[in-house]
Amino acid sequence: MKIDASGMHFAELNERVRACEEKDIYIANCVGQRYIGTGLADKEIAVGGTPGNALGAYLNGARIRVYGNVQEATGDTMNGGQIVVGGSAGDATGYAMRGGKIFIRGDAGYRCGIHMKAYKENKPAIVIGGRTGSFLGEYQAGGTIVVLGNHTDGKPIIGNFCGTGMHGGEIYLRCGQIPTKLPAQVRAEKIERLPEDAAELVREWCREFGQEEGAFVNASYFRLTPNSDNPYRQMYTVN
Amino acid sequence: MNMYIQPEYEVIRNSDKCIACRVCERQCANLVHSFDSETGKMKADDSKCVNCHRCVCLCPTHALKIVKSDDTYKINANWDNQTINEVYKQANTGGVLLSSMGNPKPYPVYWDRMLVNASQVTNPPIDPLREPMETQLYLGKRAAKIERDEQGKLKNTLAPQLKLKVPVLFSAMSYGSISYNAHESLARAAEELGTYYNTGEGGLHKDFYKYGKNTIVQVASGRFGVFKDYLESAAAIEIKMGQGAKPGIGGHLPGAKISADVSETRMIPQGVDAISPAPHHDIYSIEDLRQLVYSLKEATEYKKPVIVKIAAVHNAAAIASGIARSGADIIAIDGYRGGTGAAPTRIRDNVGIPIELALAQIDQRLRDEGIRDEVSILVGGSIRSSADVIKAIALGADACYIGTAALLALGCHLCRSCHEGKCNWGIATQRPDLVKRLNPDIGYKRLVNLVTAWNHEIQEMMGGMGINSIEALRGNRLMLRGIGLTDTELNLLGIKYAGESM
Repeated sequence: MKIDASGMHFAELNERVRACEEKDIYIANCVGQRYIGTGLADKEIAVGGTPGNALGAYLNGARIRVYGNVQEATGDTMNGGQIVVGGSAGDATGYAMRGGKIFIRGDAGYRCGIHMKAYKENKPAIVIGGRTGSFLGEYQAGGTIVVLGNHTDGKPIIGNFCGTGMHGGEIYLRCGQIPTKLPAQVRAEKIERLPEDAAELVREWCREFGQEEGAFVNASYFRLTPNSDNPYRQMYTVN
Repeated sequence: MNMYIQPEYEVIRNSDKCIACRVCERQCANLVHSFDSETGKMKADDSKCVNCHRCVCLCPTHALKIVKSDDTYKINANWDNQTINEVYKQANTGGVLLSSMGNPKPYPVYWDRMLVNASQVTNPPIDPLREPMETQLYLGKRAAKIERDEQGKLKNTLAPQLKLKVPVLFSAMSYGSISYNAHESLARAAEELGTYYNTGEGGLHKDFYKYGKNTIVQVASGRFGVFKDYLESAAAIEIKMGQGAKPGIGGHLPGAKISADVSETRMIPQGVDAISPAPHHDIYSIEDLRQLVYSLKEATEYKKPVIVKIAAVHNAAAIASGIARSGADIIAIDGYRGGTGAAPTRIRDNVGIPIELALAQIDQRLRDEGIRDEVSILVGGSIRSSADVIKAIALGADACYIGTAALLALGCHLCRSCHEGKCNWGIATQRPDLVKRLNPDIGYKRLVNLVTAWNHEIQEMMGGMGINSIEALRGNRLMLRGIGLTDTELNLLGIKYAGESM
């Protein structure tokens, strides 16, 4: 079913998406409507135009494909499903996501994957084709973030303070130099071969966006994981 | 040099009464009591005692009492014993001082400096035993204007409401900070009382989904246990921006407290720390808050009220005005005396402002701006009695959250050691042997008793004022008079001094 979103308020658009009995929905002419796909479990939504903030918040299994860019808070507290972004994503992408996957062809903004956490069979993943801003994976407690740095300008592929407060999960960065200004809670190691689960995520990203796998899968990465001696534990004294 | 700190309290055992039955030993998770087989007598290690009174209450011969130690450093009004000991503790460990429950410092309690009116001769009092006395109320947005369709019929523009049979709700306490049995007691009591309990930020245990219509679920920065079913199960959703006991500070449940069951409820792996920082890293403005409010409304199809909870801080009135414009249905304000399972001592004791002043200012600000009906106001931190409830409502609250009072009903003795996880009363612990000491069949009844008793008292005070509906008391500050307050305090509270007539 096709919904023409031009001039439509987000509440009406989202109500029509929820009420739609067909599984496949194409939203045409999207002009910044927020909360598209919120909490949905069993829909396949494709979006032409630019959706607004909080696309796929609390997503519970549905699949969303956006041909262009997305804005802030995409996949907020996502529990399952998939979001594929053909362009770039804004800030706070994948905030506190617990399951499902987000694939971004281009760049992502600040604070991506903050509070990401894994739980039982749920292992959330974000794969970003380009680079990201500061605070990537802050407070990360689980799941996988991959930044492919698909640029040739040699500039850093992440910003500052990556992984501050990180206490679980892992971040893979496809770059030749160890990122600077990593906080003490994060351990960085160079790996020449991606573990299979991360490699499969990268292959999926390549398939989504028609890229040659070789340059991305067979590359050296920096793997960031939490530093095992928890710096919080000694901070307190019982009063 | 590990500076020895003399215990603050001493265990006194009356040897004439003690029968060495060793109940105290079995009951004390802090391992204070022990049996000396050589002498056949019980011993006590005062240094481990947190003064929770478990042993005192369970001693079958009433042989025990706990007294404040009279050991003291040289008396000094500036450097009291506690202040000196805190310096020693920090010099010993290099750690941030960690405490629990509400601010115990002797700041003024404004509830105790306000007096309630009663009718005499004219506008006579109402006898609640004979006349209907309405304490039922609704929380949520009120429609500012009536709209009609073409046929002239009323359009239903009413936003979703929470119906309360009593003006008291149980405030947010997470599973993890308190036990399964404590949660079960709160949930069952809320159901029987026709009110609500609040999950806190630790998710909702699968066994408690059945109490959903009496449950408020919380969404905090860590988003623990937040997913579609959790949001849909609840009667309302509360966004936790702050907490009165620790404004500006987040939560940190250590991995050691993440039991299998807590892990499942929070939807995080067992043994991994649960960190929820003070800021929501996606909220830096009222517009951002509005985004979270509406994403929750979208997720629940606009069927549930959304509450935004903040700590009472210096600019609470301006913040509340922003919240009222963010689309939230209810604002919850938590005063600086509110309880907590763990907070840095310095934050708990020095940050935030009294709920009485914050409430009066927020209610006034929203009235001045003509948006008071856009939101309901809930207050907590700390409401200790039905008189506090009456005064809070007269100052402008719609209803009150109680946390500490509810825990007291469950047996808490305010030893303020929740952060140690060894609660002898089975409340602030996850240790199975301790949790089972709190029987939810008894616990929920005690909560029902407490709130029912308060409700009777509220009805009596309302009757005395000649008011037969709790909603007619809301913001009725003429029913209050101050005592022992300065002009500034009276102005902030918006009340006259005792003895001043209308």
